[in-house]
Amino acid sequence: MSNPNTGTPLVELRDISIAFGGIKAVDHVSVDLYPGEVVGLLGHNGAGKSTLIKCLSGAYQKDAGQILINGHEVEIDDPRDARAHNIETIYQTLALADNLDAASNLFLGRELVNSFGFVDETRMEAETRKIMGRLNPNFQKFNVPVSALSGGQRQSVAIARAVYFNAKILIMDEPTAALGPHETQMVAELIQELKAQGLGIFLIEHDIHSVMKLCDRAVVMKNGQRVGCVNVGDVTDDDILGMIIMGKKPPQAY
Amino acid sequence: MSDTPHSPQTNSKTESAFGRFLRATEIDPRLLGMLGALLLIWVGFHAYGALVLGEGSFLTPRNLWNLSVQTASIGIMATGMVLVIITRNIDLSVGSIVGVVGMYAGLLQVEWLPPVLGLGHPAIWILAVVFGIALGAVIGALQGTLIAYLAIPSFIVTLGGLMLWRGMAFLASSGRTISPVDSTFALLGGGPYGAIGATGSWIVCALAAAGVIWMMIRGRAARKLHGFALRPIWAEYFVGGLSCGVIIIATLVVNAYPWPKGILKDYYAKLGQEVPEGAFIAHGFAYPVLIMALVVLAMTVLMTRTRFGRYVFAIGGNPEAAALSGINTRAMTVKIFMLMGALAGVAAVIASARLNSATNALGDLDELMVIAAAVVGGTSLAGGVGTIYGAIIGALVLVSLQTGMVLIGFGDGSYRKIVIGLALVLAVYLDIIYRKRIK
Ligand SMILES: Nc1ncnc2c1ncn2[C@@H]1O[C@H](COP(=O)(O)OP(=O)(O)O)[C@@H](O)[C@H]1O
Ligand SMILES: [Mg+2]
Repeated sequence: MSNPNTGTPLVELRDISIAFGGIKAVDHVSVDLYPGEVVGLLGHNGAGKSTLIKCLSGAYQKDAGQILINGHEVEIDDPRDARAHNIETIYQTLALADNLDAASNLFLGRELVNSFGFVDETRMEAETRKIMGRLNPNFQKFNVPVSALSGGQRQSVAIARAVYFNAKILIMDEPTAALGPHETQMVAELIQELKAQGLGIFLIEHDIHSVMKLCDRAVVMKNGQRVGCVNVGDVTDDDILGMIIMGKKPPQAY
Repeated sequence: MSDTPHSPQTNSKTESAFGRFLRATEIDPRLLGMLGALLLIWVGFHAYGALVLGEGSFLTPRNLWNLSVQTASIGIMATGMVLVIITRNIDLSVGSIVGVVGMYAGLLQVEWLPPVLGLGHPAIWILAVVFGIALGAVIGALQGTLIAYLAIPSFIVTLGGLMLWRGMAFLASSGRTISPVDSTFALLGGGPYGAIGATGSWIVCALAAAGVIWMMIRGRAARKLHGFALRPIWAEYFVGGLSCGVIIIATLVVNAYPWPKGILKDYYAKLGQEVPEGAFIAHGFAYPVLIMALVVLAMTVLMTRTRFGRYVFAIGGNPEAAALSGINTRAMTVKIFMLMGALAGVAAVIASARLNSATNALGDLDELMVIAAAVVGGTSLAGGVGTIYGAIIGALVLVSLQTGMVLIGFGDGSYRKIVIGLALVLAVYLDIIYRKRIK
């Protein structure tokens, strides 16, 4: 079995390595992602999933390896570079400024300004109301700091921030961790909708059922290394769990 | 807590009338608390004077005018300290920056420029002001760079600065006092000639009131455009009326404080006239107070209407999130300390102009008053929270305590220190209680 996609990948991470002190958090890992595809990144806590995607989102600088976008090698030195390549990230920690309201967080670093260059608060709130109306119609707390929101509401603000700016590449690091079943279902529908729009999505997810339902391919990591990659349609959930738990590669993996 | 539709009227059943009032007017209860404390202090000092000493002298045009002038340099620096503290830093060096800037600006206008340009040349005061602000900014940027790029804690860098700049100030003049400063420069410190008079003050009053009303109308129009909930119209009138009322009362007060006899004589003598019967020339707003007002306006716009201000709050709330949002947090730190330094430069200009000299003690211990003013004004040392108007009210509270103690005969420095020390701790304690209660 091999990668069913052909043509130029949207993203190609080649041989990425990064170490903290003596710990090789990511050790020569390669992953690719095609438009309209959802690639799951799986593995135990500490496997290096978040660290790998942070090299793509600009939060960390890789020690070695290459990042290619649409076949061209790019340098991503900070989060601004990633945003410039239409890469949006929902971090595991959500990365919200707790003292600011939803609109300020959604537009953080990309505030809407009026013709005088001043921040246009009302327009930002209006836009935030629009997108939240689409993602989480129950959300009404627009004028309080996000510290006053529930875990699920905070998560929806972080998701809205990633979705609002027309990403081509979306990184979702455990996006449903703080959500109840209903909200989790809404995120699943959102992922399918974005996929249909042609976005490429890296999805870090622990729930194997969600992986089987949402992902086209799954890449498993263990101790910073790549165990293998499978086409989700070709394997059972036990095959994937075997890869995660024991690092055992089923015959279909590549 | 469940989601509730945004409307100023929610929970009206369980809310007190006062709570409803605050919600409708969107007045921050802490602002009311601070203003209440300030009024209490003012009335307290006045009442003590009236009852115990037989003469209340606090709530007089003369004292309030002096209070406004005395607050200027601390208040101006406190607005900058708000940004420093919001981003979880501290600047202990501002008093010493005042000292070194005052000294070099003094040397420039008294010893270096006059031989070149001629004594009293009109460019001298401008050059001295520009130089002073620039020197403060450079010192601030230098400290900010050490903090941001070498990751030395701000407490240490500015503690070093506290000693270093004070030492530099002494060395610059070998310990001499530089005076008198340029006569135009001296006006920036206030005094009878350093104020804009009655007519000018009414013009300022009209401009300020018009500005308030214009901003309220624009804000309401913008919310209407997007279909957001509006404040009830009575609340708009109340807030607008209150703001304009405060501006008008301040104008009436400064215009009720006349020039003293000696100045009147001097003034009319220059015109070649006798002092007319019943002559009354009002001080009006002093230049340093107008400078403070401009600084407050600019800093408020900066903090509430610009990206820079957003980033200051974001860095204070979650530095990591700010960096992940593409904010260059290091460059921001340098800019914030540079701004703080520049404001210390402005304060140095005002303080040396007011003294009509640059001394070694200029700005001594100002850092403590400035930090205390920001904190009393509601800036949280945990970061992420603070307002410019709060810092100004904080400065007013502290300077009121200081001058009020003198006025009622406790002028001895030790009483003042005790009272201000207690006030600082009490203010922070009240703030902690308030924050717990709203949680
Ligand atoms: N900033 C950092 N400093 C030091 N070690 C780190 C840092 N970030 C991640 N690590 C380490 O890298 C390894 C991988 O972590 P992470 O990528 O968060 O794993 P995962 O997301 O798969 O649970 C862990 O051993 C973690 O301790
Ligand atoms: Mg992780």
